[in-house]
Amino acid sequence: MVETSGVLVDIAFWVCAAVAVGFGVLVFVVDSMARATYALALSFVATGGALLLMQQSYLGVIVVLMMVMEMAVMAVYMVMFMGMNPALMPMSMVHSHRWAIGAAVTTFVVLGSGAVLVPWPTRRGAPSPDVTDALGRAIMESHMLVMMIVGPVMVATIVVGVVLSSARTRYDRFGDDLDQPAADPPQEVR
Amino acid sequence: MTELLQGVLVAAGIATAVLALAWASSAALAVGAGRPAAMALGDPLLEVCRLLRQRRRTTVSADVALWRLGGWGLLPVALLLGALVPWGEEALVPTSLGVVWANTLDVLVWALVWLLGWGANSVAGLVGGYRFLALALGYELPLMFALVAPAMAASSLDLAVIAGSQEGLWYAVWMPAAFAAYLLGVLGFAVQGPLSAPAGQETSGGVLAELSGPDLLVVRVGRHALLGAGAAVAVPLFLGGGSGPWLPDPVWVVVKALVLTASLAYLAGRLPVLRVPRLLEIGWVVVLPLVVLQDLVVAVVVVR
Repeated sequence: MVETSGVLVDIAFWVCAAVAVGFGVLVFVVDSMARATYALALSFVATGGALLLMQQSYLGVIVVLMMVMEMAVMAVYMVMFMGMNPALMPMSMVHSHRWAIGAAVTTFVVLGSGAVLVPWPTRRGAPSPDVTDALGRAIMESHMLVMMIVGPVMVATIVVGVVLSSARTRYDRFGDDLDQPAADPPQEVR
Repeated sequence: MTELLQGVLVAAGIATAVLALAWASSAALAVGAGRPAAMALGDPLLEVCRLLRQRRRTTVSADVALWRLGGWGLLPVALLLGALVPWGEEALVPTSLGVVWANTLDVLVWALVWLLGWGANSVAGLVGGYRFLALALGYELPLMFALVAPAMAASSLDLAVIAGSQEGLWYAVWMPAAFAAYLLGVLGFAVQGPLSAPAGQETSGGVLAELSGPDLLVVRVGRHALLGAGAAVAVPLFLGGGSGPWLPDPVWVVVKALVLTASLAYLAGRLPVLRVPRLLEIGWVVVLPLVVLQDLVVAVVVVR
């Protein structure tokens, strides 16, 4: 890589890092669920940008994709469960203030000192020429078992979550003997 | 320096193309809904003039920052989608992950439309925003699995490579389920036609309810531009990119994008608006299994 473009990449990386941390802090400063959620989304987008600059293109794009989607859905749940019904009524985004600060500072010091103090090993080997391809091979070959276990567990979690939160069952929809025509809409507002 | 100038010119060309596609979408949709063709073509201009002069209306304690972010973000997403399309030899932003980027951009719309509904601090907007997320769950999964099919067949996530690997037979021909699911997704993230319940008239416009003036203009242009840009991405994905007789490649890409945009928008104008639970059921019980089956067929063909 040419010297000047290396400097530019460094600058871009630090901008991404600053944006990620800045919006991460904003999550606790703002007074609205929606703002907190999307501040977190922007923080993750900046993290994705940092990954892109580390030439992990696929991971970078996927972080942006997954996190924006996740935050869009999370905003709905946050508003729903946290009782912020009159939209935009200000409410604090922090609770257990002292404990939270203590835990955060401790974690930061432990992880940060680990990153700074531990002698890093020198690099062995070289990165694969096509990291996306290498990632795909890792997932589908050497780590296949993990993926096969994680996949069903995640699906089961989602299904159980929906079943537990839904007030109605298939018996409400198709009748006691499941032989009635489907109720339309499937979810009655009660 | 000349390189920079060239880049700016190409970017301007792509912006023009996306706006032209938005115009085509708007006109074809109006024709589909029964408006005479001559009026449908002129309407966008008149509306631009009207909305540019309209005074901005606001609501009590609106979250203006999020509201504007949602509204003004749609058009840039459409333009970025346009920048991914290889109009000639290469895209403006050549990337080996074009398919994933296209998917990421259409997921950004999830956030933008919800923010648009939320920011206005109005019931109609909020209803529209929630409707959109429910719809998005219905169309996005089939869309994601539809994107897998061409990428798998071409063994690449690069839109230019995918376009180049369809010599003889377009992917749209032998991957009809994936193509249809993709187009359904385009209507979804453009909030148009059968998937326009988030902006439904029975909720006085839903996410659009409290918008006015330039803010409303950019959202309306943005939705049509998303339809056009989504169709333009389908050209390298499913319609063979720039391949075609006589004419040069870029012309073929534009022609295909234009025809696909106009037909999709016309169809969207003809069809009634689907209620959200209906689409969810169709999306997950019918379309999703069909698309997964399509992926299986493609995988078998590729491996064989």
